[in-house]
Amino acid sequence: MKDRPRIQDFDWILLAIVGAISLIGLLEIYSSTHASSLAGMQWKQLMWIGVGVVAMCLVSVIDYHALLDQAPALYAVGIAGLLVVLMIGYSRLGAKRWISIGGLVNLQVSEIMKLIIIVVLARYFAEVGTERLSLADLAKVGVITLIPVGLILKQPDLGTAMVLVPVALLGIFLAGVQWKHMAVGVVVVALLVPIAWNMRHHLKPYQQQRIQTFLHPEDNPRGAGYQILQSEIAVGSGGFWGKGFGKGSQNQLGFVPVRYSDFILAALAEEQGFIGVCVVLLLYLGLILRLVDNAQKAKDRAGMYIVMGVTAILGFQVLVNTSMVIGYMPVTGIPLPLISYGGSSIAFVFLALGLVMNVRMRRFVN
Amino acid sequence: MSSWNVNDQRIPQGRLTLFSYLSVVFVIFLLVGFWKLQVVQSGHYSDLAEKNGIRSIPIIAPRGAMLDREGRVLVDSYPSFSILLLRDSPKLVEKYLPEIESGLGISKEDMQEQLDAAKSEPRFMPIIIKPEASQADLAFVESHRPDIPILDLMMVQRRRYPYGEMFANTIGYVGEVSPQELNESNGRYRPGDIVGKAGLEKEYNGELEGTDGMRRVVVNSVGKVVRTLDNVDAIPGKPIQLTIDYDLQSVAEHDMQGKEGAVVAMDARTGAILAMVSRPTFNPNDFAIRIPPREWKRLNTDPETPLLNRAIQAQLAPGSVFKIVMATAMLESKVIPPTFTVYCPGYANFYGRIFHCDHAHGEVDLHKAIVASCDVYFYNVGKQLGIDRISYYANALGLGHLTGIDLPGEEPGLVPSEAWVERVYHHKWYPGSTISVSIGQGSVMATPIQLARMIAGVASGGNLVHPHLLKDDTNVKITRFPLSQNTVDQVTAGMYGVVNEPDGTTAESVKLKDIEFCGKTGTAQTMSYELQNRLGKHIKENGWFVGYAPRENPEIVVAALVQGAGWGSFVAPVVRDVVKAYYDKKNGQFQPPVSMAEGTPKADVSRSLVASAGAHHP
Repeated sequence: MKDRPRIQDFDWILLAIVGAISLIGLLEIYSSTHASSLAGMQWKQLMWIGVGVVAMCLVSVIDYHALLDQAPALYAVGIAGLLVVLMIGYSRLGAKRWISIGGLVNLQVSEIMKLIIIVVLARYFAEVGTERLSLADLAKVGVITLIPVGLILKQPDLGTAMVLVPVALLGIFLAGVQWKHMAVGVVVVALLVPIAWNMRHHLKPYQQQRIQTFLHPEDNPRGAGYQILQSEIAVGSGGFWGKGFGKGSQNQLGFVPVRYSDFILAALAEEQGFIGVCVVLLLYLGLILRLVDNAQKAKDRAGMYIVMGVTAILGFQVLVNTSMVIGYMPVTGIPLPLISYGGSSIAFVFLALGLVMNVRMRRFVN
Repeated sequence: MSSWNVNDQRIPQGRLTLFSYLSVVFVIFLLVGFWKLQVVQSGHYSDLAEKNGIRSIPIIAPRGAMLDREGRVLVDSYPSFSILLLRDSPKLVEKYLPEIESGLGISKEDMQEQLDAAKSEPRFMPIIIKPEASQADLAFVESHRPDIPILDLMMVQRRRYPYGEMFANTIGYVGEVSPQELNESNGRYRPGDIVGKAGLEKEYNGELEGTDGMRRVVVNSVGKVVRTLDNVDAIPGKPIQLTIDYDLQSVAEHDMQGKEGAVVAMDARTGAILAMVSRPTFNPNDFAIRIPPREWKRLNTDPETPLLNRAIQAQLAPGSVFKIVMATAMLESKVIPPTFTVYCPGYANFYGRIFHCDHAHGEVDLHKAIVASCDVYFYNVGKQLGIDRISYYANALGLGHLTGIDLPGEEPGLVPSEAWVERVYHHKWYPGSTISVSIGQGSVMATPIQLARMIAGVASGGNLVHPHLLKDDTNVKITRFPLSQNTVDQVTAGMYGVVNEPDGTTAESVKLKDIEFCGKTGTAQTMSYELQNRLGKHIKENGWFVGYAPRENPEIVVAALVQGAGWGSFVAPVVRDVVKAYYDKKNGQFQPPVSMAEGTPKADVSRSLVASAGAHHP
């Protein structure tokens, strides 16, 4: 038994996997952008990773129990932040997501909200303390989750909003969902789909189009279906062995949409082939399994929920992003963790890993 | 501490393990998805990927315009569209060929031929399958961009000859580069490139043609240009200014309508060609677009040889025009005294053979021999000079070799000599042949331009100019063959008499008021009388007239040839009209010939490429 958490207690295997995935991301960003006006992006990404590692260490230092203590306050700050974004945030690419702090850092509040919801739900599930969640418990979880989801949807940012949901769902599952509740949930979702379908006219035009495109990509190859088709062409033409680093014509000629970010896996699939995709997906599987391992070894139930909250978000992002690349899901704008270019995305992953390290380092601490 | 249960240490190990298994299932599910795309359907997507790609679309540099000496546009270019076939993927070409065949009306064989011709070119370079696309063709390509992704359009600068046949043989024409030119160009040309094929278009191709640019664009799988990678601008060809004078050319063209022959007008002091006509001719606009093989064959096999530039390529017996060489040789060599006279009974007997003359001229001296063109006088001169002396002076006066005019395909003519006959026929020179050569018959041959240069040379005391069409004062060169003043006086007096004396061969019909218009007629048999008698038909003689003004140190010299004219004096009015036009212009009194007046262009001071081509006089 040790008294103090120490840096040696970081999960080095987990970090090795994270490092490998990040390196693949850097290389693919380089490959996708080196011959274009975006050249040099990989250095920015590397900088973000550096910032992320520092942030991860900082987050691991503060005892997660302290964070859990402050959960209600954090939640209030997060919701307030989202409201501020809706009121004074500035628009980029048609969505209000950013708050400018001192004109230097563009803070994407919804990314912070992802971390807050992990902590808040961990606190809630730990507090419930039962193996059989009641309907009231489920309702409370629903309210806690759907308030930020609604606010983020308002921005509008369907992708980030969606990401919060699995944290709640996985938490419910782990906390002990009753089979009848689960069955009812499935039935309700099954009924909601046609209703939602009829409500689709209330969606934003771009959302309608994305759905339409997803269902019938071949209808309009020049328009909205273009991204998915181009992504599939890149992936499919990569074949088993790939076209080689920097040699993917779809990637290099810019046919792959946002090839350095949301569709970076398509670029990678074209250049590295099925083999490369296998390596990436197995690394992600390793990451998830390692996270689950950390959850299993957590000192207490609250720590376990924190780790699994992180796992839920990362796993969901990998699943949704990868499915989108091969046309199994519509375009939602969810990046691939650690590989897609983007400061907010990278910062979130390392902050979330900071929470995981935090829990791990304290598993033997009294 | 807090109200919530911090020390709850129950971890749901089973559910966590279940989650792990679920993760493995999801990864397998995703890998199956990738397997389907990357392994099962890889071929399909590779095809689609191939359709996405880079296209290199040439930007054709416009050829330089040609201007006359006063800046009037004789040739220019106008923009038009060509249809390109992108052949990056042979599979796609194969697939869409039938559709293109019906849509654009190009036969499959034609397209295959084009494809074969471009076999050695890099595949990303498209080929031109249809130059000069019609509105319907453009609509077809535009409307089928998504479903026939291998067609594209290219703007080209098409050659335009606003005056059609008027300058055709001199200016020449352009056409697609031939396989042979392609080979010799060391990669400079690509199939379908337009190059100068004849005349000035060929001679000054290097100046006229610019450097093509290239636009590299990225197109997606439905043929839409996504972005431009780079743009190398075309460098337009340089315009060239010619020595040709549109007005003199139009006069000469007018007079030569319906005739077969040639006219060359030249500045006798510099060698600048003022007008050059060859008839029959062709319309170079027919070549500006791809010429149909049938039309090409017709032009090449036409017995009237419309593609021949008779002004520099018709090597014909000069007839009596050659007597000027004889007179010069007689006076300069001093073998025969200037006072030499002959009695002409209308024929003469040499070496047992009768040689005819047109008339019985009676007592003939040199002056009368030139004025009345007495053959018998020059038979005797020739007999006394001998072939090699005649040959020497003919050569010195520019016959028998190229004038060096800046046009491709010039013919050298022929001046026979003893050495020549031995080299070619391996026998001794027959003295009787000298008698024929003395009046410009037999084996002596000259082109219109050579005769113009020779007459100007003699009249100017031996200044043999170098004919040229590019207006550039630096290329005025003169070869000196000094003649004595006595020779010049006597010969030019004779040529003055031809036009201005009552017994001159033109019988005063072409006299010009206030202008010392001189000249020499020539009538050349194209077949011997014996042969004509045997064939039982009379072939009309070729008529020549070479005129100039003024009498000494001439400014302008004009040679005209009318094949089958029958008599040189019938040709003289053509020359007179051109000389008169020259002086009228000088005096500001020029009136364009009636049939030509309509299209007379204005001077194009700006030298823009598509300027006043069709502009009319007010």
